Amino acid sequence: MRYSFTESIKMALDHTLQDNKSVMLFGLGVGDVGGVFGTTIGLQDKYGASRVFDIPLSENAVTGMALGLAIQGYRPIMVQQRSDFSFTSAEQIINQISKTKYMSNDEYEVPVVIRMIVGRGWGQGPTHAQAPHAIYSHIPGLRVVAPSSPSDGYNLLRGAVESSDPVIFIEHRWLHQTIEEFEPKSESFEIEKAKVLVSGSDISLISLSYGVLECIKLAKVLSQFGTSCEVVNLRSIKPLDKSTLLESASKTKNVLFWDIGHRDFGISSEVTRVLHSELFSRLEKPILSFGLPNEPTPSSPFLASNHYVELDRALLEINHHFDLGHSPEELQDSRQRLFPYKSLLRDQPDIGEVGPF
Amino acid sequence: MTDTSQISKLLNLDNDSRSDLHKYIELRFIREVELLISTKYKEQVFRCPVHLSVGQEAVAVGVSWNLTKSDKVISTHRSHAHYLAKGGNLFKMFAELLGSSAGCCGGRGGSMHIFDKSVGFIASIPIVGSSLPISSGLAMAEKLVGSTNVVVAFVGDASLETGAFYETLNLASLKQLPLLVVIEDNGYSTYANKSVRVSAARKSRSLIEGFGIKFLSGNGDNLDEVIEVTREATEIVRHGAPAVVEFSTFRLLEHCGPNNDDSLGYRSSGEIESYKQRDPLIPYFERIESPEKTRLDDLISDYVAGQFQRAFDTVKIEYEKFQENFRP
Repeated sequence: MRYSFTESIKMALDHTLQDNKSVMLFGLGVGDVGGVFGTTIGLQDKYGASRVFDIPLSENAVTGMALGLAIQGYRPIMVQQRSDFSFTSAEQIINQISKTKYMSNDEYEVPVVIRMIVGRGWGQGPTHAQAPHAIYSHIPGLRVVAPSSPSDGYNLLRGAVESSDPVIFIEHRWLHQTIEEFEPKSESFEIEKAKVLVSGSDISLISLSYGVLECIKLAKVLSQFGTSCEVVNLRSIKPLDKSTLLESASKTKNVLFWDIGHRDFGISSEVTRVLHSELFSRLEKPILSFGLPNEPTPSSPFLASNHYVELDRALLEINHHFDLGHSPEELQDSRQRLFPYKSLLRDQPDIGEVGPF
Repeated sequence: MTDTSQISKLLNLDNDSRSDLHKYIELRFIREVELLISTKYKEQVFRCPVHLSVGQEAVAVGVSWNLTKSDKVISTHRSHAHYLAKGGNLFKMFAELLGSSAGCCGGRGGSMHIFDKSVGFIASIPIVGSSLPISSGLAMAEKLVGSTNVVVAFVGDASLETGAFYETLNLASLKQLPLLVVIEDNGYSTYANKSVRVSAARKSRSLIEGFGIKFLSGNGDNLDEVIEVTREATEIVRHGAPAVVEFSTFRLLEHCGPNNDDSLGYRSSGEIESYKQRDPLIPYFERIESPEKTRLDDLISDYVAGQFQRAFDTVKIEYEKFQENFRP
């Protein structure tokens, strides 16, 4: 069957609510007509308002409520329509949820899942487009996962709900309209393993969430020029699947890491640390990192277009950094042929929905 | 209720009796524990911050007087009295404060993080206000399974200065959660008098009643009054509505640590003297007619010291092993 990412999230919620009576789902917009970008529509009618419900605009209290429910044996899924809102509940997440299992001497399990939707484009700007996965990955006791496709979304969400640890589920808004054909599984949901999506021998392109789609495009363009790229989808940010990363990097000896969040002090630093500590002298080039610059995300489509790394800039930097020696003009022509830009303004995806979102 | 069964046994008392003598034993027991910690703390035995409840025992004992074992309690940084009054294990608490693996959190939490599910003492959360959101989830779970259990959240008066307090009240009222919030108003937040933190015009009653939540209050120095007010409040909560009770109380010692803090000058010696007049233990001691009266305090004190020694001996062995195995 073909499913959009939105459908796959809704299906994962539906199946998990169906399979396990202790699963609950709540957050701003969960019960309303919009249903969190369509991902929760109909679930309240199906499972009742005591298990699936909208909340007061009190994210801090509701996050703590999720913890209280988890201590008592429930498996709450909380939704934050923008990950930026999660900072209002950061006290509960960082001081309480992440530490409760530890503080209780492992007496309590804390199966809380928090879906955090990362916005991008159409003027989301400084406080509606942050990707907080590095912040939460820094905290012992939290797991952080980020799907990059509908099947990933389905499997990681179901696995997150099964996990006895709290899981931050990073959900990029631009993935919602992506479509994939897959058959949903009913068991064994792996949430710790990275996946090699494209095999290659020259450069490892490691990324997460929406960045994986960009890396797949890069690999296709570069393959036209005889450069063979391997695309690795992290899936699990915390813990990092070191063995898959090391295996790929020791094969290609060249690594690009593409983050959807800020480049500095983030996951790219961690990936670089892990790979350098094992492969330092065996890499041919320093690890190249792409991510957002060290400034808040602007609202203006003109400013935002320079804020995000786009494919042409990525191709030029890769060509230069790894001494590939391809012609910059031909790289750009090839990109335009394979993945035509709908507009020079990079504030909405080239395929699928248009704003506002 | 406080687990004073060993003391009752020594006195040949019926442990289920709820006499004045028993009330005194519970109060005295908690007082002795806190005084022992205060003494030993100065000897560098307990290597974690401690917030003692000397003076505030009646609220802890009186609230738990109305609770069953399956009722749940969540507390704050000042939680020793609440834990013991809920039936907590003194040895496990001493061991926890001493950093022993035999502690109720295996030494991971220390004084400020007491967790013991086995007696329904879910957690102590030392970030002011932060326990309240969690208590709403505990209460929602009780409601979902249709139990008549009460969830009690002990908080200090400073929690009314946090946003979490009001977010939780709205949630509790909206969902009609079986939650009893017990405010212990000792008038201070660390070394600051409430007058520098809170508008004199603020009224807790109207704030809480504004959420459609029943508000009761009482004198926290008077154990019988605490028992009566809490009985009324727990009745409301067992019938499925949240309630808030506020007790005035005092802490005799400093905010954090084992000492008097007269020298700091933020409360006058007259004020501290007036607290001593309000000591919740005095009236119950006066009422005791037992022939054991004269040796009662010594007996309780000896029992507490014995439990401390057990915990101390346990941690001593652990420390010796640590020294043997420690390689810098």
